[in-house]
Amino acid sequence: MASASTALPQLRVRGRNFMALILVPEAPVSAWLSALDAQMERAAGYFAQKPVVVNFSALADDATDPTALLYALDMRGLAIISVEGLDRSRLSGTRFETLPDLRQKADNEEPLGRELALPEEVPRAEPVPAVTSLLIDRPVRSGQSIIFEHGDVTILGALSSGAEVIAGGSVHVYGPLRGRVIAGVKSGAKARIFCRKLGAELAAIDGVYSTADDWNKTYDNCAVQIWLSGGALKISALG
Amino acid sequence: MPKVMVVTSGKGGVGKTTSTASLGAALAQSGQSVVLVDFDVGLRNLDLVMGAERRVVFDLVNVVQGDAKLPQALIRDKRIDTLTLLPASQTRDKDALTEEGVKNVIEELKEKFDWIICDSPAGIEKGAQLAMRFADMAVIVTNPEVSSVRDSDRIIGMLDSKTLRAENGDTFEKHLLLTRYNAARAARGEMMNVQDVLEILAIPLLGIVPESNDVLTASNVGCPVTLNTPDSMAAKAYSDAARRLRGEKLEIVEPMERKGFMSRLFGRKAATA
Repeated sequence: MASASTALPQLRVRGRNFMALILVPEAPVSAWLSALDAQMERAAGYFAQKPVVVNFSALADDATDPTALLYALDMRGLAIISVEGLDRSRLSGTRFETLPDLRQKADNEEPLGRELALPEEVPRAEPVPAVTSLLIDRPVRSGQSIIFEHGDVTILGALSSGAEVIAGGSVHVYGPLRGRVIAGVKSGAKARIFCRKLGAELAAIDGVYSTADDWNKTYDNCAVQIWLSGGALKISALG
Repeated sequence: MPKVMVVTSGKGGVGKTTSTASLGAALAQSGQSVVLVDFDVGLRNLDLVMGAERRVVFDLVNVVQGDAKLPQALIRDKRIDTLTLLPASQTRDKDALTEEGVKNVIEELKEKFDWIICDSPAGIEKGAQLAMRFADMAVIVTNPEVSSVRDSDRIIGMLDSKTLRAENGDTFEKHLLLTRYNAARAARGEMMNVQDVLEILAIPLLGIVPESNDVLTASNVGCPVTLNTPDSMAAKAYSDAARRLRGEKLEIVEPMERKGFMSRLFGRKAATA
């Protein structure tokens, strides 16, 4: 009658060990929750995707409603897989009542497991800046353009009329500065322009520019620095 | 060891062709074998300045394109037998030249001459770039005027980046030849003085050629000034410049207005390379 052809497929079951975090709330509960929040702030990813067992053994004499505490933990996104260290009947009528009992021994009330060191901060991968400055040891001639967006540019010789330098950061010119200087393309308003002999056609920092016509003629051929203050370029003598 | 020298300026009308003819003639007069190559295809002038315009049969473009053999296009000067001209074509334009063709011509000239002097066209485009491409050294002709100086600066930048030697990382000799220098106007501050120009261009000074009617006359009669009026100030300046090109250490004397004793005491400061 019952033939082999209708037999159900053979069930395969595998076993695997997981690492679960055992949380042991302590009284006063509100302070403990604040400490948990602070820890989650410092290392946001630490509790993510990790099964959590809540052990109430430290709250045995406390009047705290365990259900309220479990909801509070649940709201913080913790994946609660089991509850231990309390009389299960106190959870009756809540969804936590049916959580599996993962105690290794029936009378196991004390939290078992190795104590873990909590991470202070997940180290953020800082990109190592490859090159942050560029040195030009020859004159920059008319028509030549030096573009360096990754940092400061230092020019030992002259920057000729009709030449230009565009720098991510500050610009230093040790020869006469007669061309165009555009600084702060990346670093913004804090970039500065330094030169030994001012005769520039145009200077710009963070998009704010001015031409030689706008400058006080007393700075011509002087060592100066140019910086951005209150949305306007300022010049002052160096040294 | 033959030298390939480009005479260039960026700006037009500053005296490239006149200086090519005069320096070439001065070098040839000192016994060197010299060929002057006109790269100004379409606007050739070197043949006029050399007085050879009636003798042009084949030109640079014919040789580059393989229509003529190099010796057919070379014109030997009637006054100095070590001086030769390779004229440009007047009927073609600069696109008729190819880098490969120019290279072959220069290689062939190197076997015959001590000096290959390339007269560059004005500008920074193909013609000028081909004229400088295979050079070992350059004479930058500059007038003491802001426009000429800035254009020279631009050309120096190109010499340092677009020539074969620069691309190979070799040193490239650059010399400044200041032409049409008017001492009186410079003294009055109406034109840039030697110091100003040297400070901006920052290359060694080869010579200072005074503005002179001798130069204009020489060009118009088709005879380099060093041949036409060898005793003139301009001829002397070109001859001295040619000697400096050959490695002689000659002091450069700034052409001066008749001035007081004190200003004559202090000559110009030495140029720094």
